[in-house]
Amino acid sequence: MSGYVEMGRVIHNTQIGSDVWRMSVYAPKQAKEAQLGQFCNVRVTGGTAPLLRRPISYAGFDAKAGTIDLLYRVVGKGTELMTKLQEGDTLDCLGPLGQAFTTADRMLLVGGGVGIAPMLCIADRLQPGQEAHVILGFRNASESFWADLFKDSPVTVHITTDDGSLGTKGYPTTVMETLMKEEQFDAVLTCGPTPMMKGVAAVAQQMEVPCQVSLEERMGCGTGGCVGCACQGKSGTRYKVCKDGPVFPAEEVFF
Amino acid sequence: MATVDPKLAVEFCGIFMKNPIVAASGTFGFGLEYDGYLDLNTEVGAISVKGLTPTARPGNAGVRIAETPSGVLNCIGLENPGAEAFVADILPNLKHYDVPIFANISGNTLEEYEVMAKTLTVEGVAALEVNISCPNVKCGGMAFGVQAESAAAVCKAVKANTDLPVIMKLSPNVTDIVEIARAVEAAGADGISMINTLLGMSVDLRTRKPLLGNIYGGLSGPAVKPVALRLTHQVAQAIDIPIMGGGGIMTGEDALEFMLVGADIVSVGTATMVDPRAIGIIASEMSAYCESQYIDHVSNLVGGIIMP
Repeated sequence: MSGYVEMGRVIHNTQIGSDVWRMSVYAPKQAKEAQLGQFCNVRVTGGTAPLLRRPISYAGFDAKAGTIDLLYRVVGKGTELMTKLQEGDTLDCLGPLGQAFTTADRMLLVGGGVGIAPMLCIADRLQPGQEAHVILGFRNASESFWADLFKDSPVTVHITTDDGSLGTKGYPTTVMETLMKEEQFDAVLTCGPTPMMKGVAAVAQQMEVPCQVSLEERMGCGTGGCVGCACQGKSGTRYKVCKDGPVFPAEEVFF
Repeated sequence: MATVDPKLAVEFCGIFMKNPIVAASGTFGFGLEYDGYLDLNTEVGAISVKGLTPTARPGNAGVRIAETPSGVLNCIGLENPGAEAFVADILPNLKHYDVPIFANISGNTLEEYEVMAKTLTVEGVAALEVNISCPNVKCGGMAFGVQAESAAAVCKAVKANTDLPVIMKLSPNVTDIVEIARAVEAAGADGISMINTLLGMSVDLRTRKPLLGNIYGGLSGPAVKPVALRLTHQVAQAIDIPIMGGGGIMTGEDALEFMLVGADIVSVGTATMVDPRAIGIIASEMSAYCESQYIDHVSNLVGGIIMP
């Protein structure tokens, strides 16, 4: 299945943290077909520098309004240019791309940094009968905007910070084991820095709960053509992160 | 879907193409990935599939893609399932499309090139594009492509084991590309493909390390276009066999510039990474240009550059 190239119209583009922005874009085809954990590849300029698109996970989508939500951290020239976009501007969006998360009735969502975006998407779209706890890991209390994103979501939020200035001191894995013993989960879904996800996957495996991870990788095309973002799977299978992922069963890619 | 413009239809090495644009090897997967973005039956002149080797390769470890000013550096390292798996598992699916398939082949030894030629001379493959210029694997080609004698030897080895047209893909990372083009022409090549990527490097100042896992990589995209145009112009003046020219083509105008300097057809690669529909868009831009300039057929522009 292929995505759509849509010349999206920016609805709003707002700074929500020191280097984190949230943008809403009218891109109705993607908004209609997007699934949890899929991503959009945005072209920030019609020129040739920066040349490649930037892969950004959907933080939300609304088929009725025809909008997609993108949460992004300013890390380089491309994302810097994105911050300049204003209401009414055009953004070339290619999506939806990649494989989605498979949800379950009782989910533990674990997000770190900008990897919190797809967790927000899941939390905001729980189906009848589904429940979720979410563990958010960030640096310190100054990043509490991450937790604020979940204030309207029907999920229980747990916070860890590196320095203990908010929530529990440590990483998401610090609270994960206790939480998993208290609550009965049938799936762990995670997105964030690879070391964090590896830790999360290890705890999930120990607790014998299936875990899905969303890998972050430098991508060339995002459509499976250049093989720039390949990774090794269990038993030697080669995967393209953009097309076969970014969501994989943890045991398939961390072993 | 798009209708075929007869003004763009060409014949290259005896192969009929609905337009003069080849999807460059390594940027278009095996073609099937782009069904849905493009009508492969009408919008693409030919597909040169991801570079094949005698056995499967996982490619290089570490970061394999880096962006540079108006360019892309890659060091994929010829990740592919192997020639036999391509013939058995992928080629049957490509036969459903009415578009010529070029099998791009690389080897470490002359024997490997011979084996590849035999394996890929099958129904459904229209031509062999022989990679003697991959900058990203130790032996995989470039060792052959930098010397006229070894380039000619590879060409002869492949020619002796196939009845398909043989297109030699040349490296720009040489002192005199014209000498190598002449050598493969003399060795019986049916066509030339140029240019492969320019060897480059990207540095991460923060970590003080090379950005690419393989340290060096091949540069493509608009940044290389002036170099590719110059090389195509030089080779076109020196040889009589047809040329597939390219390097950084992003628009119909870019493609037509390559034809003016002597390319019979063009290759589009990095543009597809930016927009999966790029080849179709470029073809329609070429059509529109011909229409606006009262040009009966795009081939009328080939070699038409006016020199002072």
